[in-house]
Amino acid sequence: MANEGLRDNETLSSLKNESETLKCKLEEERAKLHDVEPFLSVFFFQQDGKVIVWDAFTTNKEHAVTMPCTWVMACAYAPSGCAIACGGLDNKCSVYPLTFDKNENMAAKKKSVAMHTNYLSACSFTNSDMQILTSSGDGTCALWDVESGQLLQSFHGHAADVLCLDLAPSETGNTFVSGGCDKKAMVWDLRSGQCIQSFETHDSDINSVRYYPSGDAFASASDDATCRLYDLRADREVAIYSKESIIFGASSVDFSLSGRLLFTGYNDYTINVWDVLKGTRVSILFGHENRVSTLRVSPDGTAFCSGSWDHTLRVAVGHQRTRPPAKFIFHSGPERPPQFIKSSATAIIHADSPC
Amino acid sequence: FTIIKVEALVLEMQDPDTGVKTQTQRLVITTIPHAMTGHDILEWIINRLQILDEEAQNIGNLVVQYGYIYPLQEPKNIILRPDGSLYRFQTPYFWPTQQWPAEETDYAIYLAKKNIRKKGVLEDYEKENYNILNIRLNHKWDFVIMQAKEQYRAGKERKKADRVVFEFQERAYWLVHRPPPGAPNVIDYGLDRFSDPNENQVTQKKTFDVYRREIIFNQHSLMKSRVKSSVSLGGIVKYCEQYFNHDPIMTGCLPSNPWLTDDTQFWDLNAPLSEVPTKLRVERWTFSFRELLSDPRGRQDFQLFLRKEFSGENLAFWEACEDLKYGDQSKVKEKAEEVYKTFLAPGARRWINIDGKTMDITVKGLKHPHRYVLDAAQSHIYMLMKKVSVYICCCVALPSLRLLDAMWGLNKNPCFHIYLTVKYRSDWSPVSADTD
Repeated sequence: MANEGLRDNETLSSLKNESETLKCKLEEERAKLHDVEPFLSVFFFQQDGKVIVWDAFTTNKEHAVTMPCTWVMACAYAPSGCAIACGGLDNKCSVYPLTFDKNENMAAKKKSVAMHTNYLSACSFTNSDMQILTSSGDGTCALWDVESGQLLQSFHGHAADVLCLDLAPSETGNTFVSGGCDKKAMVWDLRSGQCIQSFETHDSDINSVRYYPSGDAFASASDDATCRLYDLRADREVAIYSKESIIFGASSVDFSLSGRLLFTGYNDYTINVWDVLKGTRVSILFGHENRVSTLRVSPDGTAFCSGSWDHTLRVAVGHQRTRPPAKFIFHSGPERPPQFIKSSATAIIHADSPC
Repeated sequence: FTIIKVEALVLEMQDPDTGVKTQTQRLVITTIPHAMTGHDILEWIINRLQILDEEAQNIGNLVVQYGYIYPLQEPKNIILRPDGSLYRFQTPYFWPTQQWPAEETDYAIYLAKKNIRKKGVLEDYEKENYNILNIRLNHKWDFVIMQAKEQYRAGKERKKADRVVFEFQERAYWLVHRPPPGAPNVIDYGLDRFSDPNENQVTQKKTFDVYRREIIFNQHSLMKSRVKSSVSLGGIVKYCEQYFNHDPIMTGCLPSNPWLTDDTQFWDLNAPLSEVPTKLRVERWTFSFRELLSDPRGRQDFQLFLRKEFSGENLAFWEACEDLKYGDQSKVKEKAEEVYKTFLAPGARRWINIDGKTMDITVKGLKHPHRYVLDAAQSHIYMLMKKVSVYICCCVALPSLRLLDAMWGLNKNPCFHIYLTVKYRSDWSPVSADTD
């Protein structure tokens, strides 16, 4: 988009008005097709900065990589399970090949892939080990080639820090959603770098976004203490998961395998489980002694893992309050995103940050 | 943002008519006004928010931890006891929302004052902090001591009850902002965001460029097709229903959930390339072509089937396209050439059958290869394979499941009725080969 000056009959305020008018029209169009009102009545749901890979089932540590930077904020597992990516306050995303050879120093083989101008908030491999998608405090997302470190595509549009991203599970797999401090969730086309859809209904920072398993919708968790479901085909928000008693921000969301349940972690140390379709809360889980900073359901849907500032990762099954968490893992730093490895159900990767 | 909501709740609690009951209490030798019991606070929360004990207890604890309410009897025990323990509301002057940073100098003055008042009896961690601050603030230590003495003197001139209350309030404030070791530090909220979007909105002047971009985006969005919410949500409901039995958290899994019983049989049975896939797993392949392709075992079976049909090149081509899209950037040119030689060139070893127009576009694009140059051809082949997969799923994988539905669907597609009468055994060898 070239930096043109004003044309005849255009002034800054006329452009602004035009933009605002279009925005209103768009909302009207979206509202016209919203024939579900209210939703509920029509349908009857380290101190030293380490990255650690745990075998969640046996709770044994499989790998540990010491990071040179002090705050690690993002980590991801490669689809093959042979490498991990992480980054944070160092503004970079680095890829470490995993090895079971005790003699090898994993940190030595690290590859610096992404370079942002501010902290790295999230990263994710695309369909292979060779490409990484990152989001940053500098307000942009970017797609990188791992081998060369080349920037393949950048995504501009957020007006403030981008805090989270998630790749679509769709058949063509070419989009992703990002959430930021500007309260917007934006859907991007990987190929063109364009923003396809944008949603701005939250009242505060969006901390986490996750696609619904079919790829037709996504959920977001925000500091405004609500989680919301956005439908991509209807192009609007279709559900809000909130309660008067929930007054602390939500930090993370994930769906159960069928998409019927939504697990959400909050800054009030609890995990709430919602019925996605009915919009009601199914259960509330206690146990963590500090903020729940992150949460993921395992790829085979058998359990979910929550990480917290109380230095533990807890794996829990089901949503019944009486069932105790199945496994406990204690660690020395407040937890940043754990991710289940895709190929096996049992390994967890998480990043450690100093208190 | 959170703080605002907590504050709103606390303000409600303080309402003289509908809030928590308070009364004057005698504590040791002084009478303290407006004290309340932990039990009353909890009851109020339960009634107001319509929740159960455990959740109310959690909220109560947090309200105390953030310093809006402080305990009178065990000041360091920052939880809400559900009994007769006494609490008071913190004065708004000391609320976290005030957001003045708890300065080191202020803390030093507070400790110095406490030192004077208690004649040198401070907690261990407080002594440590005091010494550290002494060194760090050495240049203004005289000022600190002078302030401390001044405040102490001013305090003595107050009425005893007021003074005691103020001392409680101040102590509670510092317990929140300089917690003793081992206590939760609620003031820590993690890292600062880099940009403050509120600030930007006020000071950032949007350029013509930004508005133009917005206008174009909004225009495109308006032109985009949209479906009715009910239709789209119907799709979501259907998905949930379809996958209900496959969701271990909803319906459990057989033989058992390994996380609960420590028995890993479930994972052994469902290993990526297991000998015999479970019935549930095979059923999932029938849900969508994507499920079939993304399951390694499913893909393997599909590959086998295609080979028997002498059309294995389709899947191989699709996989080559994926490799091009997501693979090493430096190898793009090389891979594109390889794909052309193997699949697209006239007389190629594994020539794929795509329509003329798509072939034209693809070949032209290959002159300047990039990651997405094979997209058109890949989509075409994907759709082709998808149709074939429907056939497999209903005629081979699950003959009894939804066969009638699938047959009806297939009948409408002319290219495939020739397959309808061909039957396959489980090892993929044909039983009878009647073709129309």
